[in-house]
Amino acid sequence: MTSTTLTPDRPAISRRPVRSGRPLTRVSGLGLGVAMLWFSLLVLIPLAAVVVTASAGGWSSYWQAVTNEQTAAAIELTVGTAFLVTLLNIVMGTMIAWVLVRDRFFGKRALEILIDIPFALPTIVAGLVLLSLYGKTSPLGIDIANTPKAVFLAFLFVTLPFVVRTVQPVLAELDRDVEEAAMSLGASRFTVFRRIILPSLTPAIAAGAALSFARGVSEYGSLVLLSGNLPLKTEVASVRILSSIENDNYDIAAAVATILLAISFIVIVALDVIQRRMVRRG
Amino acid sequence: MSIEIVNVSKRFGDFVALDNVNVSIPSGQLTALLGPSGGGKSTLLRIIAGLETADSGRIEIEGVDATKLSPQKRNVGFVFQHYAAFKHLSVARNVAFGLEIRKRPKVEIRERVDELLKLVHLSQFADRLPSQLSGGQRQRMALARALAVQPTVLLLDEPFGALDAKVRKELRDWLRRLHDEVHVTTVFVTHDQEEALEVADEIVVINEGRVEQIGSPDELYDTPANDFVMRFLGPVTELGDRLVRPHDLQLLTGGGEPDTVTGRITRITRIGFEIRVEVAVGEQLVTVTLTRNEFLSLGLQVGSEVQVRVATGVGAPRLIDAV
Repeated sequence: MTSTTLTPDRPAISRRPVRSGRPLTRVSGLGLGVAMLWFSLLVLIPLAAVVVTASAGGWSSYWQAVTNEQTAAAIELTVGTAFLVTLLNIVMGTMIAWVLVRDRFFGKRALEILIDIPFALPTIVAGLVLLSLYGKTSPLGIDIANTPKAVFLAFLFVTLPFVVRTVQPVLAELDRDVEEAAMSLGASRFTVFRRIILPSLTPAIAAGAALSFARGVSEYGSLVLLSGNLPLKTEVASVRILSSIENDNYDIAAAVATILLAISFIVIVALDVIQRRMVRRG
Repeated sequence: MSIEIVNVSKRFGDFVALDNVNVSIPSGQLTALLGPSGGGKSTLLRIIAGLETADSGRIEIEGVDATKLSPQKRNVGFVFQHYAAFKHLSVARNVAFGLEIRKRPKVEIRERVDELLKLVHLSQFADRLPSQLSGGQRQRMALARALAVQPTVLLLDEPFGALDAKVRKELRDWLRRLHDEVHVTTVFVTHDQEEALEVADEIVVINEGRVEQIGSPDELYDTPANDFVMRFLGPVTELGDRLVRPHDLQLLTGGGEPDTVTGRITRITRIGFEIRVEVAVGEQLVTVTLTRNEFLSLGLQVGSEVQVRVATGVGAPRLIDAV
C-alpha cells in the first residue's frame, strides 16, 4: 500500500506502567495515616498477636501443636473441602451468573434475590436449616449428619453467592459486539466462550473463588450443628480452635490460626497469579 | 451481483425495521447504505452478516443462498462502530484471530498478519494492547482483522461514527484508497450523506425500513427520486412549489428579468467561503447561498429588495411531492 498516506500516528500511550498517584499533600497524608491506623488496629495488630502467641512456646511446641493428629485432620478436612467447594463454585457460580445475565425467564428477579440469602442469613440459622433438611429426621430421606459430607454441604451453602456476585456485573458489562466479531471470524460458540468471554471473566472468577475459599476455611456457624464436630472425622479447623481454647490450650488454637492464615494468603496470591496468566494467554 | 437481498422483512416487536427490501449489491464496489438513524440500514447489514435473521426473504452472497447460514459460515468480514477489539489480545493476535480459528500454519499466520498490519499502518504497534491505541488506530486494527480471513464481502457498520471529525475524514479517504487496492466487495452503513457521497460507488438510501433510491452519488444528488432523498443528501430550500438547492438559486438586483420573484433580504450569514442570504418572498423564507465574490459584486444588505430565480443550466427544479 504505497500510495496511501496518513498523517503520522500520534504517539500512543507508552507501555511503561505509569506510577499511579501523586506526591502526598497534607490532606492526603492525613487520609493515609487514618487508613493505616484503622487497618493496623483491625487487622495487622490482631494478626501479629496470633503469630506471637503461636510462637511463644518455641518452634518445637509449635510443630507439636500442628502435627497433633486431631489438629492435622481438622486442617486437612477444612482446606480440602474448601478447595473442592471452590472448584465447584467456579463452575456453578459462573453458570448461574450466565443464566441470570443472558437469559430471560419467569422468576429471574426472585432468583436474583434468593442468591443473596446465604450472605444475609445468620450462619447458625443456615446450620439449623441444613440440619432439619439433611439431619436424622430429614424429610427428604437424606441423612448426612455427622459425616464429612455435612461439612461440604455447609461450605457449599454459605459460599454460593461469591462467584455469582463477582462474575455477574462483569458479564453484564461485556460488549456483545466483541462476541459477534469473533463469530463472524469463524469462531464457534464454545470458542467464543473460551477465548473471548472467559479471559474477560477470569479476574472476576478468581476474586469470587478467593472469597469463597476464604469463607469456607473460616466457616463455623453453618456446620457445627450438622457435622457433629467429631474429632478426626468431621471436626473443622475453626471448631478445633474453639475446642482448644475451651481446654485452655492456647498454643494449639494459635497454631491452627497461623496455618489457616498462611493457607488463605497463599491461595489468594496463587489465584491472582493464575488470573494474570489466564488473561494474558487468551 | 455479489449480494442479493430479496424481499427481506424484519420486525422487532411492533417496530418494522425492514419492510420488503430488495437490493442488489455489485461485486468489487464500495456501496453505502445511507439513511437516518433507526431507518433499518444497520439491521440490513447485520442480516447480511447473519448476526440477525430476517423474518422473511432471502440473502444470497456470491451466488450462494446464505439465508440460513450461520455467521461463522458466511465468510464476511464485519467492522463495528465501537471497534469490538479483543481487549486482552495484542494487536497482532487480534488480527490473527480468524486465521488461528481456521488452524492455519503458524508461519503463514505470521506472514499474513505482518502484511495486513503494514496495509493498515500499524506494524510498529503489533505488540500493543488495543487499549493503548487511539480510536482511529483501533478501527484500522478491526479492519485488518476482518480482512485477514479474506472475506467475500466486507461489511462496516458506521465505521467512523465514534471518531472525531478530523480522524473521520482522514479514515474516509484512506478507506477509499484501501478499497481501490484490495477490491473486496464492501458495504458500509452511514448516516452521514457527505461520507456516502465522497466514498461510495453506489448509494442505497434507506428510510423507515424501505429503500428510497439506489444509484451513483451523482444520480442521487442530481436526480433524487423523491423529496426525502433530495432533502437527505444536502441542503434544500423551497421557492414557491419547487424544492431546490440553495446554491442553484441566483439573486438579481436590476429587475425586469423573466421567471423571477421579488423579495426582501432578512438575514445575511457568512460561513467561511460561503454567504447564506435569507430572502422573504411573500410568506416564504428562501435561502440562497452565494460565493463571496458573487455577494460582493451584488452589494447586498439586509433590507435590500432582490429578485430570486433558479440559475440557468441546473435542470428543471423539483416540484414538491404531493403529500
